[in-house]
Amino acid sequence: MLLISCPWCGPRDEAEFHYGGQAHVPYPEDSAALTDEEWARYLFFRDNPKGPFAERWSHAAGCRRWFNAVRNTATNEILAVYRAGEERPSTGGPGPVTSARAEVEDEPEGRSTSTGPQQRTKPRHAPGPTAAGVAGQPFRLQAGGRVDRTEPLSFTFDGTPYEGFRGDTLASALLANGVIQAGTSIKLGRPRGIFSAGVEEPNAVVQIEAPFPEPMLPATTVELYDGLVASSLPGQGRLATEPDPARYDAVHAHCDLLVVGAGPAGLAAVAAAARSGARVILADDQPELGGSLLGTGELLDWVDEVAAVLEAAPEVRVLRRTTVFGYYDDNHLLAVERRTNHLGAAAPENVSRERVWRIRARRVVLATGAHERSLAFADNDRPGVMLAASARAYVNRHGVLPGRHAVVFTTNDSAYAAALDLTAAGVDVTAIVDTRPEPGEWAERARDAGIEVLAGHAVTGTEGDARLTAVTVAPYEQPAGQRKFTADLLLVSGGWNPVAHLFSQAGGKLHHDEARGSFVPDTCRQAVEVAGSATGVLDLARVLAHGAAAGARAIEAEGYSPETHRIPDVAVQPQTPPMQVFVVPGAPGAPRFVDLQRDVTVDDLARATGAGLRSVEHTKRYTTAGTANDQGKTSGVLASGVVAELLGVDISALGTTTFRPPYTPVSFATLAGRDRGALHDPIRVTALHEWHVAHGALFENVGQWKRPWYYPQDGEDMEAAVLRECRAAREGVAFMDASTLGKIDVQGPDAAVFLDRLYTNMMSTLKVGMIRYGVMCRLDGMVFDDGTVMRLAEDRFLVTTTTGNAAAVLDWMEEWLQTEWPELRVHCTSVTEQWATVALVGPRSREVLGALAPALAVDNDSFPFMAWRETSVVGIEARVCRISFSGELAYEINVSPWEALTLWEALYEAGAPYGITPYGTETMHVLRAEKGYPIIGQDTDGTVTPHDLGMSWAVSKKKRDFVGKRSYARADTVRPDRKHLVGLLPEDPGTFLPEGTHLIADSVLPAPPVPMLGHVTSSYRSAALGRTFALALIKGGRERIGERLYAPVGDRLVPVTVASPVLYDPEGARRDG
Amino acid sequence: MADTAPTAPLRSPLSHSADRLAVATRTSRGAVRLAELPFLAQINLRLDAKGAAADAVGIALDLPLPLEPNTVVRAGELTALWLGPDEWLLVGPPGIQRDLENRIRAASGDEPVSVTDVSAQRTTLLVAGPHARDLLAHGCPLDLHPRAFGPGRCAQTTLGRAQIMLVARDEARAGFWVLVRSSFAAYLTDWLLDAATEYV
Repeated sequence: MLLISCPWCGPRDEAEFHYGGQAHVPYPEDSAALTDEEWARYLFFRDNPKGPFAERWSHAAGCRRWFNAVRNTATNEILAVYRAGEERPSTGGPGPVTSARAEVEDEPEGRSTSTGPQQRTKPRHAPGPTAAGVAGQPFRLQAGGRVDRTEPLSFTFDGTPYEGFRGDTLASALLANGVIQAGTSIKLGRPRGIFSAGVEEPNAVVQIEAPFPEPMLPATTVELYDGLVASSLPGQGRLATEPDPARYDAVHAHCDLLVVGAGPAGLAAVAAAARSGARVILADDQPELGGSLLGTGELLDWVDEVAAVLEAAPEVRVLRRTTVFGYYDDNHLLAVERRTNHLGAAAPENVSRERVWRIRARRVVLATGAHERSLAFADNDRPGVMLAASARAYVNRHGVLPGRHAVVFTTNDSAYAAALDLTAAGVDVTAIVDTRPEPGEWAERARDAGIEVLAGHAVTGTEGDARLTAVTVAPYEQPAGQRKFTADLLLVSGGWNPVAHLFSQAGGKLHHDEARGSFVPDTCRQAVEVAGSATGVLDLARVLAHGAAAGARAIEAEGYSPETHRIPDVAVQPQTPPMQVFVVPGAPGAPRFVDLQRDVTVDDLARATGAGLRSVEHTKRYTTAGTANDQGKTSGVLASGVVAELLGVDISALGTTTFRPPYTPVSFATLAGRDRGALHDPIRVTALHEWHVAHGALFENVGQWKRPWYYPQDGEDMEAAVLRECRAAREGVAFMDASTLGKIDVQGPDAAVFLDRLYTNMMSTLKVGMIRYGVMCRLDGMVFDDGTVMRLAEDRFLVTTTTGNAAAVLDWMEEWLQTEWPELRVHCTSVTEQWATVALVGPRSREVLGALAPALAVDNDSFPFMAWRETSVVGIEARVCRISFSGELAYEINVSPWEALTLWEALYEAGAPYGITPYGTETMHVLRAEKGYPIIGQDTDGTVTPHDLGMSWAVSKKKRDFVGKRSYARADTVRPDRKHLVGLLPEDPGTFLPEGTHLIADSVLPAPPVPMLGHVTSSYRSAALGRTFALALIKGGRERIGERLYAPVGDRLVPVTVASPVLYDPEGARRDG
Repeated sequence: MADTAPTAPLRSPLSHSADRLAVATRTSRGAVRLAELPFLAQINLRLDAKGAAADAVGIALDLPLPLEPNTVVRAGELTALWLGPDEWLLVGPPGIQRDLENRIRAASGDEPVSVTDVSAQRTTLLVAGPHARDLLAHGCPLDLHPRAFGPGRCAQTTLGRAQIMLVARDEARAGFWVLVRSSFAAYLTDWLLDAATEYV
């Protein structure tokens, strides 16, 4: 959502504005002097540059002012806004591009000192080495982690009841019960296990069955609650068959700084800003703050300390369980907060289950962390293969052992910490297999802990069916020297991918960092900075410093003074550079999976490159790699790496596929929020709506209005009801609620001049007290709207528009006044709802009105056709107009809507002796069609001139110019074969022509292409004519009157006769009663 | 001319919703206060802010027209909302619309001033209570924080899917006025009551 700055109101959401096309294209001074080509150039040709472009915009939902904006059409940046009539200001090039990375020295800062391995921060709840097994949860540690062992929760998975604890995810609870397989793969049906501990999960995507069915949720993101019922899936879920009973909603939020991610970098950033007075939002997808620290068990005291600071800061809002999933223009971000999911059946009914946060942030710090990458080795998909840091998180955060006997396979340092934590927790880590020939100091630490380190080795195969049983290891890229280890857990780390999704969505560019072996954020033109491991920095001390600096910089830029919150001293860890590995040679024929969720292997990608595909965007579409609901979080960069190797190019040249919102799947129900059911689209009603409802009206939607369509009585169908209503209007008296017609008050000394320019006919000659029908056209001469114009005073008119066009006509008037004719002293004000309008129709309408308006002389001489009078009707101030849309004697009575019901009921009562009948839009349509009156938008479609409608009489020949005039001299508008509005009479008076039916000349359907002469625009059964009839737009129709044409209806060709559009009372004898 | 039938009571666009608004107010125990303020006099005024009529009208109404965009000026029982550089909405107690119109026309003399009674064009909803801002934030894209939209601010914007005029009243306790087109009032009421579910 762009933020557009109205020159008057300031920045507002794009949705408040209407686009008005190219600016500075003035209406020609003398359009008559232009050649057809010059006029066509003005009408139809506009520039279409790539880059800065001056455009007209209207602040339609705000101050209604038209203004100009210079927009870069390539980036959507609004470079300048200026008021109508002002010169276009000079604009420079594109806006500033800021470096997204925190400008902190990449070397460790002073406060961090290099320390030896013995001072490594220990997890706070480091469990004893032998403490596995809680009653019923064989893989649960006796102590440690952040689960609450005093609150057991029962759940069911695949029909088996289990128990977990508050603080578990479904995945951690399954692991605690020794369950690792969580589904089978989508194409190959291979067993798949829990692979990660977060949103990146590709395997353990499950179906929630109860309390409410929901498909395809990663078990790693489902907080455990009591009574949860879930089942594994074969890679594909099932939609619920019953409606979702939960509530969903949305909130708009604004802040100086949005920090995404509450890990070490995000917390350091928000801590720096918390006490400054700046408005800060911290959003994190977990139920508690800490991010990666929850998984490593580090600095948890500091996390609590920062949480307390945030709690105490009145302008800081912490959104837990909230995933920022979209980053749009002008720092507009969308997030989804899961508010009651974790409560299961105990969720309160009046609280929305999920909420979309629409956040407009002055500054954004993305501390989104990094996802661990897998490796493409043989049979790398067996249950028990798990990302190393995820296994570490299960131990430290959930107090769960993901296995008993583990092998670690890594290309970098980070998996060593996982191995050490698992060892400390009691897992038998048999070996660490490191592709690097010299793994450095971390290897020494592992050996000190009694773990064998196989440097320069790789995993070449695995065994096991429902669960991993053995791992085969060999020297990297060498055939000999295989060893086999018994293991039920294989931890994998192929390096880290910064979570750059949001940054990339923001328009940020990524580049490949050779040293870190990953794609990292580079530059972005939005006000965003990336901090922590989302930049590729993994060292905790530097991550903290990055975050604090980014937070401070952001609020300083907004004019606040940051306060440095304590950043904990963290030992700088030894570092040995990672090795870039994607594909690992393995046993021939064994699949090496790249995308686990889509079952895409190295061989599949090889087929894609073999087919000539050279871009990862193409290999993605060819193989479906990265298209599953995890959107390739663990596989995307791996796929790029594999394709790069296959093509023999460097991965930096290949890049990644495009990151698009949403970052994680968001349900349609959540996105819809409360805009569903009755609130899906506003319903507009008149002051008489309840009467119509009470009297059994069926309603027709006209724009957003609900208009009575017809009022069936005693089981009548529509045909019978409409014939009855029509008969009442033609023979007695009937009345209709016409309040929905648009009404615009046009005031000012130049009001008459203004209307003369906008209408095709002359309005300045209209006398006060009289009414004239008018037609409004666009510049191309095509009919745009019609209605009546009442002259209230010399300088004041009341214009009516069609129901659906009221807003468009007012916009049109304002556009001309503000951009072309600012010298005219005229103001236009909508008064659509200021008046309720009742049409009183029929030969007995005069008696009814006369009875209620004793002061009004209703005879034809005193109150002639097309006059209006101010009078009192049943004691209510009213403007009564003598206009007719039916050809009958008729009145329109306008009163305050506050008194409309009183008037309506009085009419109903006074008309009762004459059988007064309420009628709806269908009857109105029949009555007007019998008279050949077109409905704009039904009988016209934007290609029809007043002349085509047979309304040349409404086009002034006296006026020097008016909008549309020049177009009537164009060759195209004077063609003899233009389509004219005519009547059609089926030769069989009972045959009904569906609207839209085509018309052809021959009685036999010729071979395609069939030459079409036109089509039916309106079709009805007429009580007055005692037959069916239609209106149609027919080529050269007026010259065809009396001709027989054919209408293909179904498989029949229905013969019809072309007639004048005025089929009823062509002399107009009934108008005066 | 009111010579015939006895005057029937006026019916406002939300007369049939008054009960539901009252129930929501009561059950929220004041967390949100919702009510229709029906029949307020509303006059749309258009004139050249730099012309002679601006001062004359200001003096006649004893109310200087606000010139800063999106602000209101209140004097006595009258409130003037800035709607545009040459457009204001005057809001006053029920029944004074004709008097207002006459005073403005008399004061402006021959100056080209447009005055339109729009009292029935919109109705006014009161949204107040400690959760008023939270409630509005469910559907209003504007920044309603007191720093950005404090007392004396007004805006033409959207709430839910309806266009509204929003006025922050003088004191925080007084809450907001939401002026909405009469035909949208029932929709907006349904929307507000639905959004208020969490607070009642």
